[in-house]
Amino acid sequence: MNFPDNLKYTQEHEWIRVEGDVAIVGITAFAQNELGDIVYVDINSVGQSLAQNEVFGTIEAVKTVSDLYLPIAAEIVEINPELQENPQLVNEDPYGKGWLVKVAPKNLDDINQLMDAATYQGKL
Amino acid sequence: MTQQLKKVPLNQLHEEELKAKMVEFAGFWMPVRYSSDKDEHMTVRQAVGVFDVSHMGEFFITGDKALELIQYVSANDASTLPIGKAQYSYFPNGKGGIVDDLLVYHLGEKEYMMVVNAANIEKDWQWIQTQNQNIGATLTNRSDEFCLFAVQGPYAANTLQKLTETALADMPYYAITRTTFAGIPNIMLASTGYTKKGSGSFEVFVPQAEAYQVWKKIFEAGAEWGIKPIGLGARDTLRLEMGYCLYGNDITDHTSPIEAGLGWVTKFTKNFIDADLFKKQKEEGISKKLVAFRMVEKGIPRSHYPICDANGNTIGEVTSGTISPVLNIGIGMGYVNTTHNALNTEVFVKIREQLHKAIIVKPPFVD
Repeated sequence: MNFPDNLKYTQEHEWIRVEGDVAIVGITAFAQNELGDIVYVDINSVGQSLAQNEVFGTIEAVKTVSDLYLPIAAEIVEINPELQENPQLVNEDPYGKGWLVKVAPKNLDDINQLMDAATYQGKL
Repeated sequence: MTQQLKKVPLNQLHEEELKAKMVEFAGFWMPVRYSSDKDEHMTVRQAVGVFDVSHMGEFFITGDKALELIQYVSANDASTLPIGKAQYSYFPNGKGGIVDDLLVYHLGEKEYMMVVNAANIEKDWQWIQTQNQNIGATLTNRSDEFCLFAVQGPYAANTLQKLTETALADMPYYAITRTTFAGIPNIMLASTGYTKKGSGSFEVFVPQAEAYQVWKKIFEAGAEWGIKPIGLGARDTLRLEMGYCLYGNDITDHTSPIEAGLGWVTKFTKNFIDADLFKKQKEEGISKKLVAFRMVEKGIPRSHYPICDANGNTIGEVTSGTISPVLNIGIGMGYVNTTHNALNTEVFVKIREQLHKAIIVKPPFVD
């Protein structure tokens, strides 16, 4: 399983990557593998400012429903528009085409408190 | 009370050789998925797949009193069941609920087999032994002797035909025969299953000692049709597409079989546990009914989600739900008040506090 070094990770198996003033959030390869086929991504939080670890949506596999937790305090600015029709992108490419949301972090430095790839992998 | 987690005899095959994702289910350590739930589901719909359902229980009821016991403890009428055929039935629990649902196979003269749910083996065994005290049939719990392989899908008959001389195409649905299978004499081979009504449903009862080689031979035979092992995840979506009940979800010790739509296997032509109570329910009517529904709006129904009317008043509860891999829409079953159970009634499933429109339909969801 692949855990890219340029991402930060959470206990809840989300990843986050800074791109300019925004950050991109998704779930890890481990998470998608545990869930199985992703069949529905339900995120209705665009425009909302949420605290760290607040639920920003849910992701559903064939057999399970899981909440999605925001890695850092941020405003949700965009949902991956592809996921409505192709939720399986989260399985196929969890760090690329299967990203979940773009967020505007309250404080970009917050990201530094999160785990790096090696630490996250050590906890699995 | 912690119970020892049981393993099926071929556990090592599933866990190490086939690298299945394993989960605890019904007290057993079981393969839930080998590759992908959806892929496994479609394999059974379009080709052929094999489930190791060795966790299921097998009780043998024999002797002069065998039929008398079966007639009393189960609701269907086994006196009409010819030798070589099977019927769906359930055990009423004496309080209007259901101990378990099961298949009754008529194996031979005064010889029957009951196949029961894994989670209920101990409970069922205690229950029928108690009921047998004044009847005196010969009971044997042979659950640990057999591996049970469900071979299901449009190419199931072609696959198994390579391993037996019994003409499988001629075998009617819900039949059982003893035959030489994969070179082993006297194997019970049934045309039953939990994935689809009609052709393409087979279950093979294999003695533990031969189980591994039989599994391998089935996979060699089915290789040309892309045979795959199938986990419990797909087993659940497959049964739900057919609208089949799952014990523990849709029927329990606290659900009435009349409310659950099991009137068709409740035969008042004979005496059985709770017969008077069920007859009364049937005559006087019931207040809720198990229905099948499909989502009109997006959203996936899940067990325990409320079912509401258009104004958001709760009128029922989901007992099973998923996304149908064939239809790619949410489907489910649940109990609703009989004010709202007619076919084509619009109902709403409350998913994360929002109402999502659904419509009541007649199962199966797929043909």
